[in-house]
This record gives sequence, structure tokens and C-alpha cells, in this order.
Amino acid sequence: MITPRSWLPIPLLSLLLLVVWLLMVRSLAVGHLLLGSVLAVIIPLFTYRFWDVQPRVKKPGLLLRFILRVLGDIIVANFQVAWLIINPWQRSSPHFVEYPLMLEERFTITLLANTISLTPGTVSANLRLDGKTLLIHALNVEDEDALIAEIQDRYERPLKEIYEC
Amino acid sequence: MTTFVILEGVISLFLIAGGAFAFIGSLGMTHLRDFYMRLHGPTKATTMGIGCTLIASMLYFGVIDSQPVVQEMLITLFLFITAPVSAHLLAKSGLHKKLPHVDKTRGRPPELRSEEIGEKPVPHPAQGHEHLTHENKPLHR
Repeated sequence: MITPRSWLPIPLLSLLLLVVWLLMVRSLAVGHLLLGSVLAVIIPLFTYRFWDVQPRVKKPGLLLRFILRVLGDIIVANFQVAWLIINPWQRSSPHFVEYPLMLEERFTITLLANTISLTPGTVSANLRLDGKTLLIHALNVEDEDALIAEIQDRYERPLKEIYEC
Repeated sequence: MTTFVILEGVISLFLIAGGAFAFIGSLGMTHLRDFYMRLHGPTKATTMGIGCTLIASMLYFGVIDSQPVVQEMLITLFLFITAPVSAHLLAKSGLHKKLPHVDKTRGRPPELRSEEIGEKPVPHPAQGHEHLTHENKPLHR
């Protein structure tokens, strides 16, 4: 947890909020600047308890490749799920998969869970209390081990390289 | 002039594709058989539907009206942040309520077995079991 140091607990978040606000209203008038600054101060003050310290990105190039890969997978995922829904002869076999986590930090686990939810046929359903396994619901899976291996190869290992070691 | 015609064709294509994907995603809500399967429709197909619509919007306002297209980018960003989180929370609450799933679902998660889960509130992952079991009484249904 981030300790409250001052009236700007998370400077980066404040800056981001102000920029996003100005982009949303698409103007640089003084009124909007003022309102945006007030929001940029107030929102972090109310929400800093929820924020975790983010680990440093160790390999930015790899992060970029990871994002591109996830975007590509999202498109593939959409076609797969759409086909599963409209295919009248579907033989979907839903599956609850327990996924053993290699990652240790909560921030990276969050990233992995979100990635899993966005990509082919899987929704991360529950992070276990010990933080070691993730329960995944898969829409159509033949081989549980193949799914686990695929997630490990495509998402978890890059994330571990980017953030943890 | 012809470039505009081609561009308008592309924009219409994206709009139609976006509408189709959004429709299929919503169709999944009625078509799929249990709660956990229905969760997949809105998280994925709808993301694509909105994405296509936003691309069309970016093309239209960016090229034809030559305005900056930051707002669509922001919407995409918010969508990618919120969609998986809400899906995860829905799945979590579904597990907590022990909603039934179709029989052919393989895998028996302990979250859905009644004997292992008490009526204890789920503690924060960082704090573990002990922290809450001593202080908080189990929630009453």
C-alpha cells in the first residue's frame, strides 16, 4: 500500500487524471484546467488506499511486444467466441481449470488475470486465497494441460520477464 | 473524390462489423446455457463490436472531418481496463452464490463444493485466513 505522504499521494496518477480530463473535454480553457486540477488532487486522495506500488518495467521492448500480441489475441478471441455462439452445431465443452501461478507480485498477477479474461475463450474467475492458483473458466477446451501450457508460454513468462526478474 | 467513396465504404464496413459483433455478443446471453458461459459473450464479442465502431468513428472524424481522435482512444482504454475486471467480479460473485453450471462442465472447483466453503467472508489475499476468522463473525444468510 502507498503511504499517504502529502496531498499528492500518487503524482503520476494526478498528472494522468488531468491529462485525460483535458483530452476528454478537448479544450485548454482556464476553467477546465482548474476543474481538472481539482479532480486530479481529490481523486487520488480518496483512492490511494487501493493503489499498490507498481513494480518497475525492466524490459520495455518486451512489454510492447506483449501488448501487440495481446491485441492480436483479442481479435482472434472475438472471432472464436462469436463463432461458438452462432454455430448451431456447437459442441462446446466448458471447463473449470485451476491454473498454477508462477508470478508472485500482486500487480503482475492482476495483469495476467486481466489478459486471460480478454483472450480466447477464458475468463479468470477466482484468485485463490493463498495467491498461488487462479481459477479459470474456459468456454471450449479439449485439453486442460495444453491450455495451461499455452497461457504459461504466451502470457505468464513474458510478464515475469518484464516485471519480476 | 474516389478516395472518399472508398473510405466511406471502409467506414460502413467497420460499422456493420461492429454491429454484428455486438449483436452476436448479446445473442450469446440468451444462447449459452449457464452463467459462466454467458460471461464470455459480453467480455469478448462486445469488446470487438465496440472496437470496430470506434475504429469507424476514428476514421470518419480523423480523415473526413480532420479532427484529432483522442476520445476514441480513451474509450478503448477504459473498455480494456473495465471489461475484464467486471467479468472477474461477476464470475467471483457467481462462484460465491454457487450458481449452477451445465453438467458437461469439467473440473470441480472447491469454490462450488458446499462442504469445503463455510459461510466465512473471503479475506483479502494478502492477509490470509487467520486475520478474518478470529475477528469477524461469519456472515449470516
